[in-house]
Amino acid sequence: MGKVIGHRIPLYDSYRHTTGQTRYVDDIYLPGMLYVKTAKIPVPHARILNIDTTAAERVAGVAGVITHKDVPNNYWGAFVQDQPVLPDKFVRFLGQPVVAVAAVDEDTAYEAVDKVKIDYEELTPVFDPEEAMHPGAPEVHEGGNIAKFGGYDAMMVRLGDVEKGFAESDYIIEHKFRTAMNEHAFLEPHCSVAEADASGHITIYTASQTTSWHQFLICGVLGVPINTVRIVSSPTGGGFGGKSNPATEFVCAILARKTGKPVKWRWTREEEFLISTVRSADIMWMKTGFKKDGTLVARKIRYIQDTGAYNDFGTYGMMKLTSQINGPYRIPNVWFDGYVVYTNKQVTGPMRGYSITQSVSANETQMEIIAEITGLDPIEVRMKNLLQDGDILPTQQVLEAVGVRETLEAVIKASGWYNK
Amino acid sequence: MEVRFVLNGTEVKVDVKPTAILTDILRDKLGVTSVKKGCETGDCGACAVLLDGELVNSCLVLAPTVAGKSVTTVEGLIVNGEIDIIQKRLAEYHGTQCGYCTPGMVMAIKALLNKNPKPSEAEIRRAISGNLCRCTGYQKIVEAVQSITA
Repeated sequence: MGKVIGHRIPLYDSYRHTTGQTRYVDDIYLPGMLYVKTAKIPVPHARILNIDTTAAERVAGVAGVITHKDVPNNYWGAFVQDQPVLPDKFVRFLGQPVVAVAAVDEDTAYEAVDKVKIDYEELTPVFDPEEAMHPGAPEVHEGGNIAKFGGYDAMMVRLGDVEKGFAESDYIIEHKFRTAMNEHAFLEPHCSVAEADASGHITIYTASQTTSWHQFLICGVLGVPINTVRIVSSPTGGGFGGKSNPATEFVCAILARKTGKPVKWRWTREEEFLISTVRSADIMWMKTGFKKDGTLVARKIRYIQDTGAYNDFGTYGMMKLTSQINGPYRIPNVWFDGYVVYTNKQVTGPMRGYSITQSVSANETQMEIIAEITGLDPIEVRMKNLLQDGDILPTQQVLEAVGVRETLEAVIKASGWYNK
Repeated sequence: MEVRFVLNGTEVKVDVKPTAILTDILRDKLGVTSVKKGCETGDCGACAVLLDGELVNSCLVLAPTVAGKSVTTVEGLIVNGEIDIIQKRLAEYHGTQCGYCTPGMVMAIKALLNKNPKPSEAEIRRAISGNLCRCTGYQKIVEAVQSITA
């Protein structure tokens, strides 16, 4: 360790980065490689009536055109298989690719995409998750806009007796918080290259953050054994969670099998903003009871997570955030209802501190308000309520090896908090 | 149409469409993949190169307009196998994370130091303001440049 601590150790790949030698997926050029572009419709919610690709297929230089009919198992998802690789019945968010074209170059692919004819009936969209929960709201999915947790509408967590806790509190505060959608905006747009060999085995080069997960999902969509799909994980030009889900890979794999040629699909920056996953915009209603000395007693939370057009990791995100909904603070009485709600927006997914970050803003804002009401130093309020060994999280987990007090003490010292 | 220009000290000749952008010519025709495509709208700086010594976003340069000019990319900064001090210090000072903005960042710093060998911190920050680093590694990048100019 003596050779590491206190020494400046260059990252193993840093010289390759500064000299331009790092090979990202978009830097892969294979002989005969085709380029993908996709046909879309200009509305966020529609019923697909007919797809006509005849004219697109006739464009010189086009090697393959695919629709939902070319996808062996079209629907996929981590918890609920509700997301089509290419939609067959409904378009549920603006920019959702409907038809994919592989051509000798991007210009030719664009030309062919312009010749795809998609007949559709425009449907009323819903963008606000609270509106989407109302009876009679436009249905993003047939059967309702609220994702299910084992048959229930909400992820429910109960600890202690929240009403008794409120009765024992000196003060009760109540707020509704909203966060905004975030785009990861990594500099390297999504890109993958797929090639199929003579036996039909497929190799996919991708900057995936979850290689095995991609392999599993791609095998499911293609309906092939897992030993026939090889994923080559390439350097990632920024991920931040946004490259956890398959994006370009399904389409590339299917087009590679159909055309027998290597296929590359690289998203434009516009596509990144329109169709890549984002951090969900959440609504948090939070009612908190506490004592005059700042001790937290009870909290009731109604949490709405806007999952966008498909569930994807939404159910998991909700399950994950429940354990950490109160941050590093001890609250003995908790009542939590969390809803995952569909809207006609792009799909949400992991992003740095997946699913927890949104609630931190609500939680810490209330801690500041509690400090104001009680007249205590904001640090003191936090210190008083910090979790310690033996405490129980709302999800019943008993904590051990908790280091948050030492961490906060170190921050107080390093920042010179009491000298400010 | 045929376009001749000097790429990293060597004359090259390429057949291009009149509407082609310099980024695509460098990457697709000449194999210079250090020139990255981040936005293709002149916002991110990942495709930055030197054109006759001036820093440009190559995605905003039509390929035919470089005829007779000189283009320099990070590959061109390596002389007789020796990498440029900027490439060395960015690596040593952890001025790279994912690396995607790095080649453009190197060229922006090169353009700065060519004109102003002793820039202030504010001048360094201004010089790289057209190069987005989403990993937010600006502080280390500035320190790497300061290590050269100090």
